[in-house]
Amino acid sequence: MADVAIRAENLVKRFGTVVALDGVSFDVPFATVFGLLGPNGAGKTTAVRVLTTIIAPDGGHAEVTGHDVVHDADAVRLSIGLAGQSAAVDENLTGRENLRLIGRLSQMPNRRIAPRADDLLERFDLVDAADRPVRTYSGGMRRRLDVAASLVHRPPVLFLDEPTTGLDLNSRGELWNMIRELVNTGTTVLLTTQYLEEADRLANQIAVIDRGKVIAEGSPGQLKTRLGATVIEFGYGDAREQARRASALLAQRLAGQPESDGSTVRIISDDGSRVVVDALRTLDTEGLAPVTIAVREPSLDDVFLALTGHRAEQADGGITAQRGSS
Amino acid sequence: MTTTTAAIPLPLVQRRPPAIRAFRDAIAVSGRNLIAYRRVPQLLVFSTIQPVIFVLLFRYVFGGVVSTSLTVPYVDYLMPGVFVQTVVFGAIGTAVGLATDVKSGLLERFRSLPMARSAVLAGRTFADLTRNVFVVILMVAVGFAVGFRVHTSFALLLAGMLLVLLFGYSLAWIFATLGLATGDPETAQAAAFPVMAPLVFASSAFIPVSTMPGWLQAFAAHQPVSVTANAVRALVIGGPTTSYVLQTLAWCFGILLVSAPIAVRRYRKTV
Repeated sequence: MADVAIRAENLVKRFGTVVALDGVSFDVPFATVFGLLGPNGAGKTTAVRVLTTIIAPDGGHAEVTGHDVVHDADAVRLSIGLAGQSAAVDENLTGRENLRLIGRLSQMPNRRIAPRADDLLERFDLVDAADRPVRTYSGGMRRRLDVAASLVHRPPVLFLDEPTTGLDLNSRGELWNMIRELVNTGTTVLLTTQYLEEADRLANQIAVIDRGKVIAEGSPGQLKTRLGATVIEFGYGDAREQARRASALLAQRLAGQPESDGSTVRIISDDGSRVVVDALRTLDTEGLAPVTIAVREPSLDDVFLALTGHRAEQADGGITAQRGSS
Repeated sequence: MTTTTAAIPLPLVQRRPPAIRAFRDAIAVSGRNLIAYRRVPQLLVFSTIQPVIFVLLFRYVFGGVVSTSLTVPYVDYLMPGVFVQTVVFGAIGTAVGLATDVKSGLLERFRSLPMARSAVLAGRTFADLTRNVFVVILMVAVGFAVGFRVHTSFALLLAGMLLVLLFGYSLAWIFATLGLATGDPETAQAAAFPVMAPLVFASSAFIPVSTMPGWLQAFAAHQPVSVTANAVRALVIGGPTTSYVLQTLAWCFGILLVSAPIAVRRYRKTV
């Protein structure tokens, strides 16, 4: 019996001259959530497609529940579910028909298919729309149906490829709760996301992936610790010029490397309270006392920035406004 | 990690013998495709409205010119050609349907399911065969309405229709490759037309090939649409039949033998 639910060893995948996976390795223990975190085009979806047997890797080796994804693909397929970017539902079928079709093609016992579909329609709040063609569904309903479809045959390993992209806050929260429930009952989940908050909230273990390579791996806590203990932010309201001057001043007087982002000056340090006191004293004597002060643990956002040199969500404003709480 | 391997939930699945699985999955996919034909009627337009227009056009507009060189009423010559033309145009549905599934990402999900690898293509072509049965029956009815008469027997008409359906089925595998390769319904439709236009029009489907220039006759007389139309004609009008029927069967099985493995290989590569 396999000791881990998913094992990826040195996976390589090229599309022409583009190297989508450049030696990706990780292990996912049973009944945990593994977050594959990275920006668009990092290779997350390619990794999912290799692990779900959709495409074969050009190099390396991967197993799901102990079965090789290339040589024993059928055994892999019997134990996985897939939802998100790399999966779709049939527009012309109703929600109920979609779930039954997937159930049938997932080799469920015949008599279990219809009740299981009904059960999922109820759980995903799709009972009223169950007998309407999917093309009449809203984006959120479609996404819920997609996730429901991945669960039809109760797969022990679930792949969710950016499952909450395009979902509103409520649906996102519901999906998160559902994922936690599944993991509590023994399901293993591999989740790809561009949303740091999502990985932070759900994942036991995270691999940060950028340009086809795993550039960091660990628990959310470990990743944050790698960066330094504390993030200190001095806010200057709308006074960008003051912020710029404060940043230059701190760079000169303090050991850390302050970084200025519009009207906020950010310092990451292992000795938070010392830095706060020194910085404020320096700023105050020069008449640059900040309007707001925040002292917090680093977010995965900070981690991502530090690791890759670019922000995780350039083109995607979706979650930025709602983050704050993490 | 506190969980032991014993706590891993088992999937709700049942292993079936490969042959049973292949059959069951093909039926499931084909049922799904037939639902689409019912819910999206425009998919049926190419295979129904269009041949009806051809019947009316050739029967009442061009028919007068053609009939002078024939020994039977033109409508009796025309309808077997229309039956064949109907399934040729219908094969576009196979290409468009598969291209749609590639584009929507549905084939991706299918590839992650423990279903028989053959089911997508078998299900698609079987659904299109079923659609052809209805369309051919409809066209026979339309034919009778505009004066088409069978000179031989009902059994031979039936045999002719089976030949048409077999021909349509073999073509579906060529168009399946085209649909998978283009991966986009509009492109598939655009790419399909130049393939079938010469097959349908440079043939004996609507007019005898003897009226065509010599260089074209060589192609037109032997290509599969002509051969199949001639076979069906012989079956419903009478006259020497065996050679045409054998040639048609040879074309059908030849096309299947070549195009099915190509389509299957293409499917394995398509993502």
